[in-house]
Amino acid sequence: MSESDIVLSVSGLRKVFGTQVAVDDMNFELPAGKSLAIVGESGSGKTTVARMIVGLEKPTAGTIIACGRDRSKPSRNGAERKLRGREVQIVFQDPYSSLDPRQTGADLVDEVLRVHHGGSGDERANRVAELAALVGLDQRQMNAMPKALSGGQRQRVAIARALATDPRVLILDESVAALDVSIQAQVLNVLADIRDQRGISYVLISHDLAVVRQLTDEAIVMQRGVVVERGVTSELLDNPQHPYTKLLRASVPGPGWTPQRARERAAAV
Amino acid sequence: MSELLTVTDLTVRLKMDSGMREVITGTSLSIAQGEAMGLVGESGSGKSMTAKAIARLLPDGAETLGSVVFDGVDVLALSGDELREHRAQVAVVFQDPRAHINPVRRIDDFMTESLRTLRNVPKGDARTRAATALEEVGIDDPAKRLRQYPHELSGGMLQRVMIATALLSEPRLLLADECTTALDVTTQAEVMAILDDLRRERGLSMLFITHDLELAGAVCDRTTVMYAGQVVETREARLLHGDPLHPYSAALVDARPDIDSTADRLRAIPGRPLSAFEAPSGCRFATRCSFAQDSCREHEQVITELDGGFVRCERAIELRGKVREGAHV
Repeated sequence: MSESDIVLSVSGLRKVFGTQVAVDDMNFELPAGKSLAIVGESGSGKTTVARMIVGLEKPTAGTIIACGRDRSKPSRNGAERKLRGREVQIVFQDPYSSLDPRQTGADLVDEVLRVHHGGSGDERANRVAELAALVGLDQRQMNAMPKALSGGQRQRVAIARALATDPRVLILDESVAALDVSIQAQVLNVLADIRDQRGISYVLISHDLAVVRQLTDEAIVMQRGVVVERGVTSELLDNPQHPYTKLLRASVPGPGWTPQRARERAAAV
Repeated sequence: MSELLTVTDLTVRLKMDSGMREVITGTSLSIAQGEAMGLVGESGSGKSMTAKAIARLLPDGAETLGSVVFDGVDVLALSGDELREHRAQVAVVFQDPRAHINPVRRIDDFMTESLRTLRNVPKGDARTRAATALEEVGIDDPAKRLRQYPHELSGGMLQRVMIATALLSEPRLLLADECTTALDVTTQAEVMAILDDLRRERGLSMLFITHDLELAGAVCDRTTVMYAGQVVETREARLLHGDPLHPYSAALVDARPDIDSTADRLRAIPGRPLSAFEAPSGCRFATRCSFAQDSCREHEQVITELDGGFVRCERAIELRGKVREGAHV
């Protein structure tokens, strides 16, 4: 694969909080139009990786290169900061706290368009309508305040906002975890459609292995800041190698599953 | 099996700004001694309100119709000491342990409070019993944990403290309301194993509320599915997943991504889950159901027995075995 196909490349990434190593020596490359999952439990460092990629945390060491540009140091000026914002966007877990309660979805998306792409009011209005259609929201819903929308609808607004900059990479930090089952399926389908239509790459941060299987091509398993296993998602889930991946896989309920205490499980795997 | 809990035709209305709003309509379910009943549904289905009605924890101004009978006692009529005794027999564990524990009191204080104040157990004895209960749920060094504050414990550890505390009053029924949802999967498996052991050792009955049909299927004897404030299906838990009776149960199973295979598209259910007070007349699921026909929208659906289960769908017999994967007939 040629280098221009890689939209996000992370090498030797490390983050230390005080004496705690949150992320240690993380490496991966994400090709255009592909999806990567970062899997792990609380304290695994997966969210810290996401926050470093979008620039919410400064790496202690290592490099993050998105669309050919290094973003491991803070941006030097506003123009560079905006450029970074255009290239990589993020959708957070909780759509109840990630949206401004006093701003409609349409205004929110319009503001992002104005800051990043300019254009006349009419042009922007057309673009807002396009983005709304892409995530499956109608005019009325886009003009409603967040409190009038359900969790799934809010999350679609958050996705439309993230897509407004026309990013090459979208970070999904547990973005479907808080949704009802029937709504989660709708949002996962929307995300798959967008990837097919736009060639966007996803980094899915998730603890839900079934969601990971549905949306991603490759997966990385993290435990206490360290990558313990990586591979093609389907192979990794069908045939986990590392004891921790096996434990994760064995903890997911399904037909014939019986909960076992940690000691029994450790003996079994 | 003898029934420990029988809920019959329970309807609950809550006082809201806009007046009384119905959140549960005519719900019936029963739990036998030592049985684990799963209660599954999405937001607004009324599953948590059902648990709150059973534990008599509904908010002020709530209106209840129908009956809740626990061990022969009419729960809805209880007050004073009798109500306190009922709450000792029926313990509740909620989703977020941090929201239900006083952050400035030690674990010791929290765990022993009801023993000391309600049962007049001396402090030393109460502490010994608390330590034993912590050991029972797999916590090492209980003496140290008892001296700690809630912020010093992880979420999984704190949830185990909540379960241990619930067990101190030696309840006969445990209402577990999404009690593993906020936990990591490996911790969830651990907590479920603990609950499973306790159920077997003590003959504890359990109402296990969850949005996770697979989890309910794995740990419960029977599962009840609720939608928009009504029970739509009750069935043996291990059958519900592979052979559901109601189109909604089937749609829930199909909407979930599968860990063992990747689907081209997930079978999402159109629209969003409704609450009882916003549901349409006739069948409440009709607006989202791929099998709905005119008659479904015209008639209030009644619950009927089918294949050892109960289902609220007039087409249930006709659709038998065909509701999975939206198979159109």
